[in-house]
Amino acid sequence: MKKFERLDGLVVPLDRANVDTDAIIPKQFLKSIKRSGFGPNLFDEWRYLDVGEPGKSNHDRPLNPDFVLNRPRYEGASVMLARENFGCGSSREHAPWALEDYGFRAIIAPSFADIFFNNCFKNGILPIVLDAAVVDRLFRECEANEGYALTIDLDKQTVTTPTGQVIPFEVDEGRKYRLFNGLDDIGLTLLQSGKIKTYEERRKTEAPWLFAQ
Amino acid sequence: MSGRTLYDKLWDAHVVHVEPDGTTLLYIDRHLVHEVTSPQAFEGLKLADRKPWRASSAIAVPDHNVPTTDRASGIADPVSRLQVETLDANCDEFGITEFKMNDIRQGIVHVIGPEEGLTLPGMTVVCGDSHTSTHGAFGALAHGIGTSEVEHVLATQCLVQKKSKALRISVNGELGKGVTAKDVALAIIGEIGTAGGTGYAVEFAGSAIRGLSMEGRMTLCNMAIEAGARAGMVAVDDKTIEYFRGRPYAPKGELWDKAVEYWKTLISDADAKFDAEVVLDAATIKPEVTWGTSPEMVVSIDGKVPDPAEAPSEVKRQDWERALQYMGLQAGTPIEQIRIDKVFIGSCTNSRIEDLREAAAVVKGKHKAANVKLAMVVPGSGLVKQQAEEEGLDKIFTDAGFEWREPGCSMCLAMNADRLEPGERCASTSNRNFEGRQGAGGRTHLVSPAMAAAAGIAGHFIDVRNL
Repeated sequence: MKKFERLDGLVVPLDRANVDTDAIIPKQFLKSIKRSGFGPNLFDEWRYLDVGEPGKSNHDRPLNPDFVLNRPRYEGASVMLARENFGCGSSREHAPWALEDYGFRAIIAPSFADIFFNNCFKNGILPIVLDAAVVDRLFRECEANEGYALTIDLDKQTVTTPTGQVIPFEVDEGRKYRLFNGLDDIGLTLLQSGKIKTYEERRKTEAPWLFAQ
Repeated sequence: MSGRTLYDKLWDAHVVHVEPDGTTLLYIDRHLVHEVTSPQAFEGLKLADRKPWRASSAIAVPDHNVPTTDRASGIADPVSRLQVETLDANCDEFGITEFKMNDIRQGIVHVIGPEEGLTLPGMTVVCGDSHTSTHGAFGALAHGIGTSEVEHVLATQCLVQKKSKALRISVNGELGKGVTAKDVALAIIGEIGTAGGTGYAVEFAGSAIRGLSMEGRMTLCNMAIEAGARAGMVAVDDKTIEYFRGRPYAPKGELWDKAVEYWKTLISDADAKFDAEVVLDAATIKPEVTWGTSPEMVVSIDGKVPDPAEAPSEVKRQDWERALQYMGLQAGTPIEQIRIDKVFIGSCTNSRIEDLREAAAVVKGKHKAANVKLAMVVPGSGLVKQQAEEEGLDKIFTDAGFEWREPGCSMCLAMNADRLEPGERCASTSNRNFEGRQGAGGRTHLVSPAMAAAAGIAGHFIDVRNL
């Protein structure tokens, strides 16, 4: 997993609530058995005017000029500004894979769906929860200023605006440690192998039916 | 000290290790695996030269990509076929039991888990699928996980978790005639919103919930995720225990007795404290129909498509307007006047035998309306299909012009060949009415099996209570 320490990133505002994972990456792309290559189909149904299919080239597909990601001023964005309940719906990790593959490293919203929020941390993406009024203000500032970028410092837990305003955010200690250092969860968990085995031995006595073959 | 909630009891029984900040290593008893969210996890294991910690805890089944017709000739789409073949190969390589596509036990992962007794009360159950919340109906702690966590559970038998808050949703009183668990689920989501349960593990309680069959409780817990809650659960009672008697993977003999003794403790203590409570009166719940592109955009069958001008906030007003535009609906239209093109009866929400019986009772002796291009019934598993056929339900459906299909996820998310065409409107017993969910440009209205069946006969939504 990529480390996340500090990011200076162009911001794109996606101004709609309840953006679901079917919108982030439609189902037909879930047929892939790979973890990469989802970026060109991120928000496929909003981004293109035709229907995308896996294996089909995206280069000559008609773009929807009204969709925010297609506006030239947001090209190269790595921070997404979003509304409430971002990432609701299915548990598909293809959603953060697509966002990461496109180039997003941070998403700022008033709230996120639980499973999506958790999946982001497993893929080097920092989801930041800020007060709805603050998010609203960032939307206005971003839309009014071309080239609007934010500086995100995970260690200090701050978002800094172009005018130097510093906005603190909360992040769970364990998740921060893993993301900041780019650590593999499995490796860390396996350090506790002894405890897992001890637990299993106890459970085999308490609830033996759980271990039937 | 106050008593413990069901969630507390399930959580406490599975704690392996706790970090000072509360991050917990939680042991997983049952890992359900399907073809869509597992290939990258198995690949990760191989790359790191890791083996499953306890392969016997995992059970796999292909469900999302499988065709619902002409299964003998295999999967036509080469991309779907490769995904299913990859699951087969991974299960063979890692020694994981799999119910393959043409096994009678194959079906939707959330239908076959309980059906086989692979899901049991008191278990922690995970699957790379958000509707894993279904299994909470049995007094289990069950929730969806992403693919990284699928790999983590395969490699370590544990998940890194923080405990959620506890929300109790009580539905008291008696449900009216024609009102089902699906309507209760939609009414709850209409009440608390699609993010109302975010951050919570939900326990469904109250006399109306206790009155539901196990199938109904599964429908309700299935939809917990549509209210934002990763896990939904119902306390164990006699119905729960009776459900498992004689199931293939349920304990037998002395082990059964020991298990039952433990299962009976899986209820919230009378003095348990919840972080939040929601109470609904069962008598106020009617057959529900969603009108928009989020499950919270729902009204009763006797209602009208709402006016965005009356939305509670500016964000919601824009949301509603976009939804009406996508759905091709006008504010103020009575729900009963909305005409449909297709009917889908199936999905992990509503494809069990009870659902099929309810739908069959409505269509018996009638015929689908001329404007309905396709009405399909997709049983949740091969065994549900078999039982339905023994009861003659297939004949009732086909006589009514409904198609009788092979089991799988089918048009709930349209990963296989079953889908809506742009602009088509569907009465669907599935769980999500998101844009494009059932096919790009498709328009989904979520309803109960009886309501979907009735819409198929009438050609438009109709109040099943008046039939």
